[in-house]
Amino acid sequence: MAASVYFDHNATTPVDPVVLEAMLPWLSEQFGNASSRHEYGRAARKAIDEARSRVAAAVGAHVTEIVFTGSGSEANNLFIKGVTSFLKPGSLAVSAIEHPCVIKPAEQLVRRGWKLHKFPVDANGQVDALAFREVLSLAPKLVSVMLANNETGVLQNVSELATTAQAPGTFFHTDGVQALGKIAVDFRSLNASGVHALSVSAHKIGGPKGIGALVLDKRAEIEPLTAGGGHERGLRSGTENVAAIVGFGVASELAVQRLADSNRHFAEMRNRLEEGLVSLGARLFGAETERLPNTSYFSLPNLDGETLVAYLDRDGFAVASGAACSSANPEPSHVLRAMGVEAEVARGAVRVSLGAGNTMAQIDDFLVSLRSTVFKLQRLTAMAV
Amino acid sequence: MLNLPIYLDYSATTPVDPRVAEKMIPYLVEKFGNPASRSHSFGWVAEAAVEEAREEVARLVNADPKEIVWTSGATESNNLAIKGAANFYSGKGKHLITVKTEHKAVLDTCRELERQGFEVTYLDVQDNGLVDLDVFKAALRPDTILVSVMFVNNEIGVIQPIAEIGEICREKGIIFHVDAAQATGKVAIDLSSLKVDLMSFSAHKTYGPKGIGALYIRRKPRVRLEAQMHGGGHERGFRSGTLPTHQIVGMGEAFRIAREEMAEENKRIGALRDRLLKGVSDIEHVYVNGDLNHRVPHNLNVSFAYVEGESMLMAIKDLAVSSGSACTSASLEPSYVLRALGRDDELAHSSIRFTIGRFNTEEEIDFAIKLLHEKIGKLRELSPLWEMVQEGVDLNTVQWAAH
Repeated sequence: MAASVYFDHNATTPVDPVVLEAMLPWLSEQFGNASSRHEYGRAARKAIDEARSRVAAAVGAHVTEIVFTGSGSEANNLFIKGVTSFLKPGSLAVSAIEHPCVIKPAEQLVRRGWKLHKFPVDANGQVDALAFREVLSLAPKLVSVMLANNETGVLQNVSELATTAQAPGTFFHTDGVQALGKIAVDFRSLNASGVHALSVSAHKIGGPKGIGALVLDKRAEIEPLTAGGGHERGLRSGTENVAAIVGFGVASELAVQRLADSNRHFAEMRNRLEEGLVSLGARLFGAETERLPNTSYFSLPNLDGETLVAYLDRDGFAVASGAACSSANPEPSHVLRAMGVEAEVARGAVRVSLGAGNTMAQIDDFLVSLRSTVFKLQRLTAMAV
Repeated sequence: MLNLPIYLDYSATTPVDPRVAEKMIPYLVEKFGNPASRSHSFGWVAEAAVEEAREEVARLVNADPKEIVWTSGATESNNLAIKGAANFYSGKGKHLITVKTEHKAVLDTCRELERQGFEVTYLDVQDNGLVDLDVFKAALRPDTILVSVMFVNNEIGVIQPIAEIGEICREKGIIFHVDAAQATGKVAIDLSSLKVDLMSFSAHKTYGPKGIGALYIRRKPRVRLEAQMHGGGHERGFRSGTLPTHQIVGMGEAFRIAREEMAEENKRIGALRDRLLKGVSDIEHVYVNGDLNHRVPHNLNVSFAYVEGESMLMAIKDLAVSSGSACTSASLEPSYVLRALGRDDELAHSSIRFTIGRFNTEEEIDFAIKLLHEKIGKLRELSPLWEMVQEGVDLNTVQWAAH
C-alpha cells in the first residue's frame, strides 16, 4: 500500500485549496506576460504587485524589498554569490547545520579566494556562542545562519547573533525557508538587528513549488545570478511566473493568519507523538530547546532510518529519513553529526514534520504502526544476531 | 462575438493549453510530493512524473532524456549554458561569438562575461535579419570557445542557419549554444543531426506554464558546464533547487502536444499569417521586417511609415500586439533588432509584431486587418509628415530647425 498519511511537510506541502483557486485563472484565461503593455500584460503585472504586497506583509518587509526567485535555493545562492561578487575576497562564515543550498554556494566562493569558516553548534543544535564569537574575530564579510533547521526544527536566535555580528563591512543572511509559516518572521526587526537578507519559499507553506523570494535590504548591493530582460529591478531576469507568484502571495497571507491556531494544533499532536516515541525508547534530537512546533526528529535504538521509513511507507505513512534534498545521499545527516550525534545513531534518524491536514487520529495510527514495525524489525535484528 | 482585445502576441507568451493545465493540477494537490523525497511514495510519484516529462521534452527535439536539465526558463538556461560553458572552458580560450539580434538574456550574459575578462564578437546580420555565414567564419579565432546563435528571432521570427553554423563549430571544436525559446513547436528540431551542444527551451512560449524551461546538454561528444546554482545537487549537480513538479509536467505535456500537432498547426497558422500579410500589404508604405522565407509561420513584423509608434499602439488597442520584444517594451528605445537590420529609428518605432497562435481564428485576423486600415489611415491624416510625403516632398532633404 502506498503512503496516504503525509508527515513530511518540511520537504514540501500540498497546495492549499484557497491558494489553488487563486492560481487557476493565471493558468488559463489570464495568461499575459507581465512585461507586455497590453491589457493581458497589465493584468499580470497588477497580480504580481498584489502578491508582492502580500508576501511583504507576511514577512514584515516593504514591497520594494521582495525579489522573487525560482526557489528558496535560488534566493540563498543569489544573496551569497551576489553580495560577495562586489567584495574583495575575505572570510565568510556559515553555521555547520545550514542547508546545502547555503553551504555549497559558500564552498564555491572558496575557489574565488574566499576563506570559509563553518562554526559549530552545541548538542541541542544551536549555534555555540563561544565559537560564534571566535569566528567573528576573523571579521567575516558574510555570515549566514538559518532561522530554523529543516531536519531538527531547532531555532536559532538570529536577531541576537546578528546583533553580535554587526560590524561595518559585515553582511548577515538568514535562510528562513523552514521558519516562514511556522514561527513569526519579521524582516523589519531582523533588519534592525543587522540582518540584510532573508530567503523564503512558497512550497513549504502551502504554496506552489517553483517560487521563492529574497527579502533584501536595498543597501546591500548584489550582483544578479541571471542576466537578461532586467526583471525584478534587474536582480532576477526571466519572465515572471505569474501563477506561482499569485499562489505565493495567498499562501504567505494564509500562513500568517493561521499561525497561532496551527501552532496549537501542532503542539498537541507532537506532544502525543513524542510521548509515544519516548515510550518506544526513541532518542529525540533537539527536543531540549526551542524547535519548530511541527517537527519531530528521532532515532530508535539499533534501527536503520532508511529501513524504518520504507516499512512505514508500506503501512501508509510518509516520513523522511533525512532532509528531502539530501535523501539521495546515504551519508548520515551533517546536522546530527554537527550536534555530536554518533554516526550509527544518526543513521537511524527519522523526521516527522506535521502540516495543516494532519489529525490526532493519524498520530495514534502512526504510533500503532511504528510500534509493530519496531518489534518486527527488532525481532529480525535479534534473529540475525 | 469577438473577445477584445484580440491576442496576437504569442511570442511574448502563450496561454496554457487546457490539456496542459488539466495535467498539471493533480501535481499541485494530491500528487504534491517533493521529487527528491526518496523515502515515500509521494516522492516517487512526483519523480516518475518528472522523468516522464523529461522524456517528452527530449522526444520533441530528438535527444536523450539524460541530456535534459530543468531550469526556471529560457533566461536561466541561456545564463547556465553561456556562463557555465565559458567558465568551464576558459582555459582553452576567452573569445565568444554571438549575434546583435539575440535576446537580452544572451546579450546581457555576454556583457557580464566581458566584465570578467572574456572577449565577445557581436555579429551584424544582413538586411533580412539572417547571419551571413562568411561574416561568421571571418569572426572565428583560434581562441574562440563558444558560439551562441538563436534558432528563431523573437521579434522578426527569422530562422538562423543553425545546421550550417553547427557544422563549422563542430569541425573547429567550438561549443555551440542555441537559444530555441521561440523555435519549439514552430520548426522541426532534430538534435541527432544538428551539431548543437547546448540548447535552451522555455515552456511558456509553447503553451506550457511560465517558470519552467530546460537546457539540453549534449552527452556525445560530452559537453561540460560549471553549475550556476548550488545546493542539494538536483539535476545531477547542474542545477540545485526543488523541482516544481506541476510545471515540469506542464512542460512535458505542452511539448508532447507540440510534437504531435505542429505540422498541422503550422499550416493553419501560416495561412492566417499570410492572410494578415495580404490584408495589410495594400496599405501604402508598409515594410515587412525580416526575411519572409526563412521565417516561422507565426510571425509578421511590419513597419508602418509616417505613423508614430506610441499613438499607433493606443489606436489599435483592440489588438494585443507588441511593438518590440516583450522584455524590452517598457523602454522607449527603438528595437535594437530592427536597428540591426538597418531600419532607421522612425521605422523601428512604427513597427508592430503580430505573432499568431493556436487559438486565433480567421475572423480575428479579418478584424485586425480592418482595424489597421482604419486607424493607420486616420493617424496619417493627422500627420504633417504624411501630408508632406503626399505633396511629394522628400523628407530626407528637409532641413529641420532645432528648437
